[in-house]
Amino acid sequence: MYRIITKLLLAAALGGFAGTAHAEESPTLEKIRAKNEITVGIREGSLPFNYLDDNNEQDGYSWQITLRIVDAVKEKLGLPDLAVKRLMVSPATRIQLVANQTLDLECSSTTNNTERQKQVSYGNTFYIVGPRLLVDKGSTIRNWTDLKDKSVVVNAGTTAEKLLRTMNSEKDWGANILLAKEASQGFMMVETGRADAAMMDDTGLFGLVARSKEPQRWEVTGDFLRKEAYGCMLRKDDAGFKEIVDETIAGMMLSGEMEELQKKYFQQPIAVKGGITLGVPLSDEMKALYKQPTDAAYD
Amino acid sequence: MNYAFEWGTILRAWPYLMQGLQTTLLLLVVGVVLGIALGTVLAICRMFGPRPLAALTTGYVNLFRSIPLILTIFWFYIMMPGVMRVLTGDPNLTVGPIYAALAALVLAEAAYFCEIVRAGIGSVRSGQMQACLSLGLTRWQALTNVILPQAFRNMTPSLLNQTIALLKDTSLVYVISMNDFLGAAVRIGQRDGRVVEVFIFVAVVYFVVCSAGTWLAGWLQKRLNPGKA
Amino acid sequence: MNYSWDWLIFLQPSITGEGAYGYLLLRGLLWTLAISSLSWVLAVAIAAAVGIARTLDFVVLRFLAATYVNIFRNIPLLVQLFLWYFVVPELLPTAWGTAIKRMDPLLNQYFTVVVGLTLYTAAKASEHIRSGIESVSAGQKQAGRSLGLTTAQSYRYVILPQAMRIVIPPMTSDFLNVFKNSSVALTIGLLELAGATYQLSEFSAQPFEFFAAATLIYMMITYTVILLMRAVERCTRIAGSLGAAS
Repeated sequence: MYRIITKLLLAAALGGFAGTAHAEESPTLEKIRAKNEITVGIREGSLPFNYLDDNNEQDGYSWQITLRIVDAVKEKLGLPDLAVKRLMVSPATRIQLVANQTLDLECSSTTNNTERQKQVSYGNTFYIVGPRLLVDKGSTIRNWTDLKDKSVVVNAGTTAEKLLRTMNSEKDWGANILLAKEASQGFMMVETGRADAAMMDDTGLFGLVARSKEPQRWEVTGDFLRKEAYGCMLRKDDAGFKEIVDETIAGMMLSGEMEELQKKYFQQPIAVKGGITLGVPLSDEMKALYKQPTDAAYD
Repeated sequence: MNYAFEWGTILRAWPYLMQGLQTTLLLLVVGVVLGIALGTVLAICRMFGPRPLAALTTGYVNLFRSIPLILTIFWFYIMMPGVMRVLTGDPNLTVGPIYAALAALVLAEAAYFCEIVRAGIGSVRSGQMQACLSLGLTRWQALTNVILPQAFRNMTPSLLNQTIALLKDTSLVYVISMNDFLGAAVRIGQRDGRVVEVFIFVAVVYFVVCSAGTWLAGWLQKRLNPGKA
Repeated sequence: MNYSWDWLIFLQPSITGEGAYGYLLLRGLLWTLAISSLSWVLAVAIAAAVGIARTLDFVVLRFLAATYVNIFRNIPLLVQLFLWYFVVPELLPTAWGTAIKRMDPLLNQYFTVVVGLTLYTAAKASEHIRSGIESVSAGQKQAGRSLGLTTAQSYRYVILPQAMRIVIPPMTSDFLNVFKNSSVALTIGLLELAGATYQLSEFSAQPFEFFAAATLIYMMITYTVILLMRAVERCTRIAGSLGAAS
């Protein structure tokens, strides 16, 4: 223990010196410069946003955005050898890790909403989704009101969990809530018959279907309840760092690079299970977003 | 039973699983070394320290022994970065989950190791301390040169058993999504839809390692106390 | 770090509209108590049977009991729980597996945790029972036999009444272990005290208050149990034995 404390104290002392040498207006950038290291969040199975592919490599639409933002930070701070530390997160841990400043940046599939903005800030929206249901094609569940007395699995700590709990208590949906740690665990619970449906953001569900053993067996159903905006999470009230994140994403959108990424990860084969295709076209809403980047949440 | 096993998943994910195993070993080694060191210090404070210090140590041991390790891990995971920043005054300080897990394991296991060391010291006949003092050794000299070497010999089996318990406890870092052996295995199993094979594999590995440790502890126990069965 | 304390958070309604935060935390506590009490009772019963089996002269029984103890003692509890929850239903005949998975999810999780925790705890506790029985001197066993008692009778009238008193302290620590270990239930989605604490600390964004409350609750219950069992120990101790001195 003492060794760790000593190490931490030393790191703290060194960090303090470096910090005073180059004063930045952004605490995150200051920290990155002081440690010559940026810590970013990664996910195990958030298809096609941030996932581990067949070669155990990190990839995905949001992972590419992460890399682009890291490049922008390198350039801005003049640190070509900036170390990139990856930290595996789950829906239940990611917000805490950004809020307690362990993570500098988390771009995967995290909804930006006003309630979460009490703890963290968000960069420009990079995808628009909405919660829906994944069911077996033979299931009697067609829409939200069919959930009465059915077992529905949600990922612990997601907006879907809160929405389902709220609807259960306010609209009397009467669903039995099962908690999973990751999307893939939730899917497994539907596949093995433990849950009747999985409630998640639609794109995530398409990813799960594409990756499953029998894609034709599954169906994504239920009305589009509400729109949710995915954004990169960063430390609260850090205008300097947020500017880099926002500019990078807006730049990628306006240059057409983001549309290419959307094609690559949503419409073409990705290296998961020997090559699967999600088949999600670019919606009109997304087209509009790419033309007019914004960091606004939907609630 | 009509489950079709497919063990290839484990072979394909081998490098990833080995990474997880490394994390588990790191947790185990640091946990055991620092846990025994801190546990010994605590035990000495509790048995030979001035009364307020002894009371404080007792409180520490009782606190960590009465709350679940999972709760301790959560505590450190969520609170440690903020607390360490206040303590060090460095706003840029980060504490990765691995350090939070290590701190939680070391501090909690030290409470258990303390009890073992205490029993070990107690097992050395009290006359020896008096003999040392009458020979002109200081209490500290007596402790480090005479009492502790014998105590550690006597408590090797207990320490080994606690080490196995610690190895089993390291799997609890699953709750903060760490990539230890179990965490890596769960990820691979869920990614490939092969949790059945993966969990059986993990259980067998833990079983083999822990059984070997338990057997060794029993053998040592018999060697140290040939009189008892 | 600017943390704004708010100890009244427990009275406020949860953002999900499921009730006050304090109520949700207490619900977690009730699950913890429900899991640990049932698991402990079952574990003591199994441990007694296994512990006795290991001291009998019947080789097959002794071997079976030892195998059980070795397997369940040497696999982490979390892994065992995952085996019961994710693996066993897949390996059972399909109809049984489906029946298990189609149970009410909360009950299913509850019983899965109880099964896992019981078998894990019983393996450890049976060792305590065994050494309790072995600590009753061999002479008493022989004396019983020379008086013409059968094995069952000598256990019933001579050995067990003494052994059971000896094992009260280790059984207390077994209960406290079950009580703490019940927190693994959160890994399969059953929000007992530790799980509820983590979830509510995120919902409310006031983690310190929830973790402090949970820590206090765990400590209070632990101490209550220790005091209670000390009283039981005092009432049942054997006059003249070493335990009486304390």
